[in-house]
Amino acid sequence: MKHHIRKIAGVGVIGLTAALALTACSSSSDDSSAPSSSAASTSASASTGELTKVKLQLQWVSQAQFAGYYAAVDQGFYKDEGLDVEIVEAGTDTVPIDVLAAGDVDYAISWVPKVLGSIEQGAKVTDVAQIFERSGTVQISFKDKNITKAADLAGKKVGSWGFGNQWELFAGMQKAGIDTTTGISLVQQAFDMNGFLAGDIDAAQAMTYNEYAQVLETKNPETGKLYQPSDLNVIDWNDEGTAMLQDAIWADSDKLASDPAYADTTVKFIKASIKGWAYARDDAQAAADIVTAAGSTLGTSHQLWMTNEVNKLIWPSTSGVGTINQDQWDQTVAIAKGTKDETGSTIITADPPATAFSNEYVAKALEELKAEGVDVMGASYTPIDVTLNEGGN
Amino acid sequence: MTSRRPSGRTRAILTGVLGIVALMAVWELYKWLAPDGGVTVGGATVLPRASDTAMPHLWEMAERAGQPVNRSSSAVPLWRAVLEAGAFSFRVAAIGWLVGVVVGFLLAIVMQRFRTARSAVLPWVVLSQTVPLIALAPLVKGWGNKLEFGSFQWEPWMSVAVIASYLAFFPVAVGVLRGLGSPEAVHLDLMRSFGIGWWRTLWRLRLPASVPYLLPALRLAAANAVVGAVVAEVSTGLKGGLGRMIIEFSQAGSSDPAKAWAPIFGAVLVGLVAAGVVALIGLTLRRYRYAEVS
Repeated sequence: MKHHIRKIAGVGVIGLTAALALTACSSSSDDSSAPSSSAASTSASASTGELTKVKLQLQWVSQAQFAGYYAAVDQGFYKDEGLDVEIVEAGTDTVPIDVLAAGDVDYAISWVPKVLGSIEQGAKVTDVAQIFERSGTVQISFKDKNITKAADLAGKKVGSWGFGNQWELFAGMQKAGIDTTTGISLVQQAFDMNGFLAGDIDAAQAMTYNEYAQVLETKNPETGKLYQPSDLNVIDWNDEGTAMLQDAIWADSDKLASDPAYADTTVKFIKASIKGWAYARDDAQAAADIVTAAGSTLGTSHQLWMTNEVNKLIWPSTSGVGTINQDQWDQTVAIAKGTKDETGSTIITADPPATAFSNEYVAKALEELKAEGVDVMGASYTPIDVTLNEGGN
Repeated sequence: MTSRRPSGRTRAILTGVLGIVALMAVWELYKWLAPDGGVTVGGATVLPRASDTAMPHLWEMAERAGQPVNRSSSAVPLWRAVLEAGAFSFRVAAIGWLVGVVVGFLLAIVMQRFRTARSAVLPWVVLSQTVPLIALAPLVKGWGNKLEFGSFQWEPWMSVAVIASYLAFFPVAVGVLRGLGSPEAVHLDLMRSFGIGWWRTLWRLRLPASVPYLLPALRLAAANAVVGAVVAEVSTGLKGGLGRMIIEFSQAGSSDPAKAWAPIFGAVLVGLVAAGVVALIGLTLRRYRYAEVS
């Protein structure tokens, strides 16, 4: 009798597992079918007919760093151009350019120096819009360390994330005459700023829109209040002259050359994306809320801070948002060729091919935007003031 | 017998609770005794930091769990978000486990049946576990993106389940293979003397004999599947599960440390539930467990 009961229980358990398995299947497939079915309904309602499906690969999970793209989806800017854009988030091991080169997505967001290495190894991709004109990477330190410029890093415990995020730092130190193999002690930095706060790191790498804010969201045990910007010194690589180009929209070079429809879609995609960024500039709070609604679990004050800081990297624009400025491109390439990291290697050994960037598509997009009266220069842009709460909440 | 069993069970529960309390005590005791900066010997940290950012108090974590994830109007309490993510990861891990167990079982039977198969496949089975997950995850995801049969479309979570099954099949294949080979020669000779074929010998003798080896293998497979699912979520960025939550919350590692710990407790919980499910399966196979091998 007992055996029977056990057997029944066992069958029940196995059945339960199977049922869970099946519900996982069905619920997930529901999730994925949702966008396609909504796409179908929107295309039916749109007077222009079928929407073109476009996939955009981000370089990280959803956060305000990508606010413009989320805003363009939410505000229907892509739809206005006849595009049905699906935003694909990244994991820790996702290389956006590999995903793009494999043909799994249509466009990818990535930093220029990271891609230059891939291009030298054979990836056929083109920077079609340089959304961020300025670098968001800084090196921060507490005031009492007296580190205000690159040269002051000599002999210090310098934090670096590595994995392609270290080049501006190394270029800056080498420009200041520091031997980066013996002149500093390099500390591998983690996701969080605990190493910096605990004093393991004198000067830590930080993005203005993320880690810098993380420090300002942390309670200073000495004062019982949050750390203040006045507690910190910041080395800005834009000022030190070793900034490299960061977030850009990358497209498939071969498809651009051979497929006129893809080239056309590229112009539309850039146009709507820039519209999204203009939206984020004019209403940072709304853009931050859109990103949070898209599933980001970041604290809400942190999200707004990030939107505002990212805006500063874009606006005001020198030659129209997305335009690749030759001098900045050249500086990025020169650093990529000439800077050695702690392992003695450089990103690239030769100049990238001419297909590595093109202003052709963004120029068309800007022209259309100007005709529609969209401000693509942001000359009068002024950042907002964001108050960070503890934990970014 | 009937009067002794409940007390044995009560004792088991008590021991379990005691274990958890002891663990909590160790955490707080360490935090109280150890210096905030940890202990370093010659520049190398030998004991971890005990500061509030590195090791929040247990009650702080409990308090944080009751608060909303963030201040957006749609935010749910942290504990609910963690449980939902845990349920998602558990489902993916369960599918990975099922697939892994089936594959492992089939491999073991093939290897038991054909000596050549064993010498050909077993080294590869062992070798398969040396491939690092971070190398495997983007590959599996990339292959998945290209799969399409008619209306069937490969979903991102399936890649994660495949990776979980990749870790889960190994202990099953190895354990069951040993189990299938465990009957004594006398028993096998008896079967042979009756003229019983390989399949019936498998069913009547080898499979029952393999149960003591199977159950520990299933438990290991369950643990591997959970780890595989969470790590693969981190690696591929799959939305909805604990792995993704770990990456997202790690950004608050310094400023809101109690939040960053929440998904880790979620992962522990998923592991416990998975172990519990395997224990229930073990109950149904009790009559074969005359000599558990562990």
